[in-house]
Amino acid sequence: MYEQIASNKRRSILIIAFFVVLIFLLAWVFEQLTGMGEGGLIFAALIAGVSAFASYYASDKIALAISHARPVTKDEFPHLYNVVEGLTIAAGIPAPRCYVINDTAPNAFATGRNPEHSVICVTTGLLEKLNRVELEGVVAHEMSHIKNYDIRLQTLAVVMVGVIALLGDWIMRSVWFGGRGRKSGGNNGGAGAIFLVVGLVFAAFGPLIAQLLRLAVSRRREFLADASGAMMTRYPPGLASALRKISADPEPLEAANKATAHMYIVNPLKNLKGSLNKLFSTHPPIEERIAALEKM
Amino acid sequence: MPVLFLFLIIIAVVVFYVIGLYNSLVTLRNRCDNAWAQVDVQLKRRYDLIPNLVETVKGYAKHEREVFEKVTQARNMAIAASGVKDQGQAENMLSGALKTLFAVAEAYPELKANQNFLMLQEELAGTESKIAYARQFYNDIVMKFNTKQQVFPSNIIAGMFQFKLKEYFELEEPAAKEPVKVQF
Repeated sequence: MYEQIASNKRRSILIIAFFVVLIFLLAWVFEQLTGMGEGGLIFAALIAGVSAFASYYASDKIALAISHARPVTKDEFPHLYNVVEGLTIAAGIPAPRCYVINDTAPNAFATGRNPEHSVICVTTGLLEKLNRVELEGVVAHEMSHIKNYDIRLQTLAVVMVGVIALLGDWIMRSVWFGGRGRKSGGNNGGAGAIFLVVGLVFAAFGPLIAQLLRLAVSRRREFLADASGAMMTRYPPGLASALRKISADPEPLEAANKATAHMYIVNPLKNLKGSLNKLFSTHPPIEERIAALEKM
Repeated sequence: MPVLFLFLIIIAVVVFYVIGLYNSLVTLRNRCDNAWAQVDVQLKRRYDLIPNLVETVKGYAKHEREVFEKVTQARNMAIAASGVKDQGQAENMLSGALKTLFAVAEAYPELKANQNFLMLQEELAGTESKIAYARQFYNDIVMKFNTKQQVFPSNIIAGMFQFKLKEYFELEEPAAKEPVKVQF
């Protein structure tokens, strides 16, 4: 367990370093293409530094904002609070804050940078469709992610994937318009090279994002959270039955996307099937997880 | 000269190792006490909820005086109890009395629809599971502490400074221990 925590912290640093280099590189490419010169390089370094800092401290807020989650009080959902408080005691960690997504699709995730700054987020569908033992199972699973520092890594990945996708878009657009501007000016020579670069950058994006996610999530981590969650409640059938209910629900979760899908307890993007999505597959098959829980 | 130097280094390492072991034992002992205090916090919360619950139920089911008396009596006994074992027994009686109270409430549809009653029921259920989790956490910590006192080499330090093994919290529910009898 402690090994897992150390490995998660190491990977978090690695992922930030990777991100800084990447942002710097992208900004440099951008600067080369638009011809800003020396100032552009400093600008690039600045962007890289600031975004790395921001992603460490604000990634949880970003992840919650993307998911349209809102904080809730104990008066609104007393049983969610009671379950969370109970498992907080069992896990021996500070109480996480509770957030809710207004969506009928049942699902849940945890985010934050350490147990002192953590959030457990569930959908209203989860609260309606699960009974108390099942809810306890799900919350215990999320609590294990918090305890093991999985949340830091997973939440950083959300921001990285999001920013890379955004930057790709940004470069594409600026080069597109920039290229056309030059074309009208009569300087046609650079345009071909620019498009070649953009093409290469884009070709690199898909696998890059997949690689990032693979760094952040592993099937082992989900199994581990299931196991330690079950140990927390001392009742594995609760989580098993919850997983069955969540995966059997046909509704996709609208607030989830490729950048946040890996955080959820069960993959929220149900309508996506195919070989490309296997590359982005972030969750082990639900049957295997249930079988593992039933063997306990 | 180098031999003396080496000797001093070894002594220093041993001393620091002993200090480390001693400190970790003290830390674990304090964590045990803290975990037990957590249980008390939750128990206190339950004692505070019970009079409210009894009053609410009384408003709808006046004739069930016996049940109210039983609950109130069990509550007072639980508050008075001290020590891990006695308290466990008294708490079990209280849990039993509360079960009867909720069973009685089943017969009053108006009471079951009462917002206040529903809230108290949820709070009590939440507190009960918190008590259970707090005890579980206490036992987990006690196991760590006791193990540390028994394994080598920390058992030497524990013996030297007279650390004592902590008592586990065990449920003394007679029904839970008896084998299940099935008769046709």
